[in-house]
Amino acid sequence: MLFGYEWDLSSPLAFAISILPILWIGLTVTIQATVLGFLVALGLGLVWAVLKAAPSRLISWPAKVITEFIRDTPLIVQLFFLYYVLPEYGIVLPAFLTGALGLGIQYSAYTSEVYRAGIEAVGPDQREAARALNFTPAHTFTHVVVPQAIPRIVPSMGNYLVSIMKDVPVLSVVTVLEVLNVAKIVGDRTFSYLVPLTMVGALYLIMTLVASAGVRLLDTWLPKQGIPLK
Amino acid sequence: MHWTEYFGPLMEGAWVTIQLTAYSTVFGAILAFGAGIGKLSSNLAIRAISIAYIEVFRGTSLLVQLFWLYFALPLAGMAIGIDLRLPPVVAGVLALSLNIGAYGAEVVRGAIAAVHKDQHEAGRALNFTPRQTLRTITIPQAIPEMMPSFGNLAVQNLKDTALVSLISLGDLTFRAEQIRNFTQDSTTIYSMLLVTYFGMALVLTAMMRTLEAYVSRWRTARS
Repeated sequence: MLFGYEWDLSSPLAFAISILPILWIGLTVTIQATVLGFLVALGLGLVWAVLKAAPSRLISWPAKVITEFIRDTPLIVQLFFLYYVLPEYGIVLPAFLTGALGLGIQYSAYTSEVYRAGIEAVGPDQREAARALNFTPAHTFTHVVVPQAIPRIVPSMGNYLVSIMKDVPVLSVVTVLEVLNVAKIVGDRTFSYLVPLTMVGALYLIMTLVASAGVRLLDTWLPKQGIPLK
Repeated sequence: MHWTEYFGPLMEGAWVTIQLTAYSTVFGAILAFGAGIGKLSSNLAIRAISIAYIEVFRGTSLLVQLFWLYFALPLAGMAIGIDLRLPPVVAGVLALSLNIGAYGAEVVRGAIAAVHKDQHEAGRALNFTPRQTLRTITIPQAIPEMMPSFGNLAVQNLKDTALVSLISLGDLTFRAEQIRNFTQDSTTIYSMLLVTYFGMALVLTAMMRTLEAYVSRWRTARS
């Protein structure tokens, strides 16, 4: 029994159906961690992108080194670090928040590159045209650059959302009860790993196929010439 | 235990991590070429198998694949009467190779598809068989296109090896966990662990850049 649901081991199919509500609870945690991690990655990634583009090397250089460091070290080690080291300095976060934060930090290194590439993809002629029309730099950025960068940024961000979802099982190492951890516990207690782990694989396959189709749809639906902010 | 004494066990673990990365990158590259070319095949069966492989391993989490191979596969084998119990090192290398191979397959497919159509036509005009065209014209031109992505995937693979510590394989992360359980010195040990991975990633990136320069050497000669 887990979360108040009994399992039925009479046949593989009955077992699969009986643990669905249990896996569903794990799946909701997976989705929550994905969404929270994605929001952190979007916010922090923007901060890195701005710092890396700073005119002063004193600011841009450390930002580049930090993001490179984040990108080149494994998520699992970063999670261990956040979960076991921060409490020694008085910062105690619940496992779920640590996990979502870790995911967000890891992916912020990737999203910062997406922002940079999206903004750089807006050609210099666009900026020159804006200057010829006597736009201020701020006005150029919000009314010319950003609207054209959005259709380039959004699909890449969608792909990272799917990647984050696939990395959520790593959060099980800091005791987050996401779907794989839940399936592992069911396996530990019934000595039957085959059905729960296969179901997690199938659930993931469904989720990523749906999400990838959504990203593709978004890509075709977004107008390539840009989205006005008004 | 003084912190300098951590180096011994950590280096032992680092060596396991390096071996895991090397094996799974090489096997992953073979799988990537197989599935990437297979996805462009005119044979429906080969195409279907390649697409199924790529979608399954790109669509699920690496940790799910690792646990499935290590915990679930032996039970599946038992159900059909075959002993499929894998030692951790085999399950680890297999999961890492299959996973990175599926990502690499998309890179290979993209790079081959990006070779200009004229090249295929020229091959045909010279009476090359499709196989000859692929081997002597398309792939040599596609490989330099793949290298930057392969470099990223190799670093990705290095980072992913840390997950095998969860199936009791004595890699770098596993050794660090052992030391931490023994000394409770989390700050030092995890900082050392992060720095070691970072150093290894930098070396790996430099190696992939060298390899990239080597396979693209004909390009600079021409332009």
